[in-house]
Amino acid sequence: MHVGLEHYLVVSALLFNLGLLGVIARRNLLVIYMSLELMLNAANLALVSFSRFNNNLNGQVMVFFIITVAAAEVAVGLALIVALYRKKQTAHVEDLTTMKL
Amino acid sequence: MFGNPETLAWLILFLPLLSAVGITLFTQRQPKVSALISIGAVALSFVLSCALFASLPLDKGLHEIAFQWLSVGNLEVSIGARLDGLSLMMLLVVTGVGGIIHVYSYGYMHDDASFSRFFASMSLFTFSMLGIVLANNFLQMFVFWELVGVSSYLLIGFWYERASAADACKKAFITNRLGDFGFLLGIIMVWAAAGSLNFAQLEQRFASSPEVMGAMATVAGLLVFCGAMGKSAQFPLHVWLPDAMEGPTPVSALIHAATMVAAGVYMLCRVFFMLNAPALEIISWIGGFTALLAALIAVQQDDIKRILAYSTLSQLGYMIMAVGLGGPTAAMYHLSTHAFFKALLFLGAGSIIHALHHEQDIWKMGGLKEKMPVTFWTFILGTLALAGVPPLSGFFSKDEILAAAYHHNLFLFALAVIVAVLTTFYMFRLVFVALLGKARSQAVAHAHESPGVMKFPLLILAVPTVLAGFWSIDGLFNRQFGAETSAHASNWISQIFAPFNHAPAAALAGIGAVIFGFSLALTCYQNAESDPLPKKLGFLARAMRNRFYFDELYAGLIRITQEFLASIADFLDRWIVAGLLVRGTHGTTDIAGRALRLVQTGNLQTYAFLFAAGVALVLLIVLGK
Repeated sequence: MHVGLEHYLVVSALLFNLGLLGVIARRNLLVIYMSLELMLNAANLALVSFSRFNNNLNGQVMVFFIITVAAAEVAVGLALIVALYRKKQTAHVEDLTTMKL
Repeated sequence: MFGNPETLAWLILFLPLLSAVGITLFTQRQPKVSALISIGAVALSFVLSCALFASLPLDKGLHEIAFQWLSVGNLEVSIGARLDGLSLMMLLVVTGVGGIIHVYSYGYMHDDASFSRFFASMSLFTFSMLGIVLANNFLQMFVFWELVGVSSYLLIGFWYERASAADACKKAFITNRLGDFGFLLGIIMVWAAAGSLNFAQLEQRFASSPEVMGAMATVAGLLVFCGAMGKSAQFPLHVWLPDAMEGPTPVSALIHAATMVAAGVYMLCRVFFMLNAPALEIISWIGGFTALLAALIAVQQDDIKRILAYSTLSQLGYMIMAVGLGGPTAAMYHLSTHAFFKALLFLGAGSIIHALHHEQDIWKMGGLKEKMPVTFWTFILGTLALAGVPPLSGFFSKDEILAAAYHHNLFLFALAVIVAVLTTFYMFRLVFVALLGKARSQAVAHAHESPGVMKFPLLILAVPTVLAGFWSIDGLFNRQFGAETSAHASNWISQIFAPFNHAPAAALAGIGAVIFGFSLALTCYQNAESDPLPKKLGFLARAMRNRFYFDELYAGLIRITQEFLASIADFLDRWIVAGLLVRGTHGTTDIAGRALRLVQTGNLQTYAFLFAAGVALVLLIVLGK
């Protein structure tokens, strides 16, 4: 079976939707955060596969940047979650509704 | 320099303006200087007008000077001076009669605190009036027309601390504006149809293609006539003129006898070429009706100035009727002579009022013949001229109008003769009650002849009152309007008899009217203690005394209209503006806000879901095509 661009993109889309589902449906902030990473990597996968099939390295360069930024972002995000937990004694989104008027 | 007609015309026009500006800016506190400046300006204008009159060959028709004032699109407006028989004669009348009245005012107003303001207003008025006379296009005429309205407002309301004067000047101004509204519409209509505002160009255009106005010709003519209706106080806009008598008497003489009210007639003669037969028909009927109405009202008035005011109305009705009957010559002739003798009558009345310490009720006068001989005899001359006694000037001009009516419309002729009877009747009522008989009040005992500065204007005005019939003023206008030059008698004796050769019926009817009116007045009022008419005529006399209730009718009409308009405005404001617009906007915003607030749950995942759904929707729209 020949594996073409479409297959990669379908996988990428599946990953992205799984991530999105996680973000919307899960209650725990840490899991939501992991689902977000999943969505980022789905985008990365799409970029890499476009880069590979179009013989253009720009996509891969972009992916490196995304991975780097994502690493930094994880550090900041986790720190925020920890800080939030310390303050509220919970990591469940239902309990974090202070944005409501 | 002074031989040049252009310079002369501009000097005549702007001298009074200079005087008005000079007095207002510099000599407010020196009343004598102000009076001298004002009198000097108008006198100089008169002298220059004479020079202009002598220097221009009138037989060659018109002489026009102009400079471009503004140009918008294809509308070109110039400020100019149109010099022809019509305007030159009018110049002489305005500056001549005006000048005499200025001199008279010096005596009449001498103890008034606002002496300088009075003369500044008089000069401004003279300037505006000269502007109308000289105007060579509709727009210039309209500008000066409004200026005349403003300056008459200032003069009628000169004693503004009196409530009646303040009301009268407002009434005059607003009534005039009402007519001017129609005038402006007419001007716009003429411009839209004929493409020019210049009188000479318009006249050519109307001459070459009489159908240039198309179906709107009558309407345009009548709209322009609306302006004349306001200024010349024709029915139904006649109500302001009698009230305008609240102004000082010289003002009444200047504005409401000789000049301003004549502007309407003058304007109609100026634009005579654009009036078609149906419009003229209506104009003549309105004029005739006004003449009769005003003459009837004058019969039962007791205020000496109001009698003269209604008499002016009635004579203006004559002139308007003459224009309507296709006789601008007769109208202008009567305008000129009327300016002389009505100014004389007003100044005479002013002299009497002055002597009696501002007593205006004729039933409190009487026995003035011995006390004030000069005033008395000049007043008698004015009365005779107004009644139309040959060979005084009024006879000739009135005869021309009667003759025009006789030739064109017998019904109007009958009406005019009735008005002539009434004219003689109310004037001799005035003479018998106010001047003759015995003294009717204490004030008369202390009366004495007015000072020279007031006496001489009366004597000077008496000259044209008597002699203007022999100056062939009508010949001048006849050339202007291209009428057949009636065979002019070479000497003055045959001139007296010319009306009898020309239209004997009209002349005899005029004289008959005088005799009839005089004998009526003689039987009713000689040595009368009180007015016998109210007993004899009952309700009619009461209606005449109350001016046929026109003021009350208008006041009621205006109140109803105003309340109707106010209720509409109230409805609009209460329900449309405050209700729908203001409350609607605020209510919609409020409800929308309350609805949108429900979306704001504060739950992170709801936002995430909505966000994703939004992206999906956008993708669907973008890619789905």
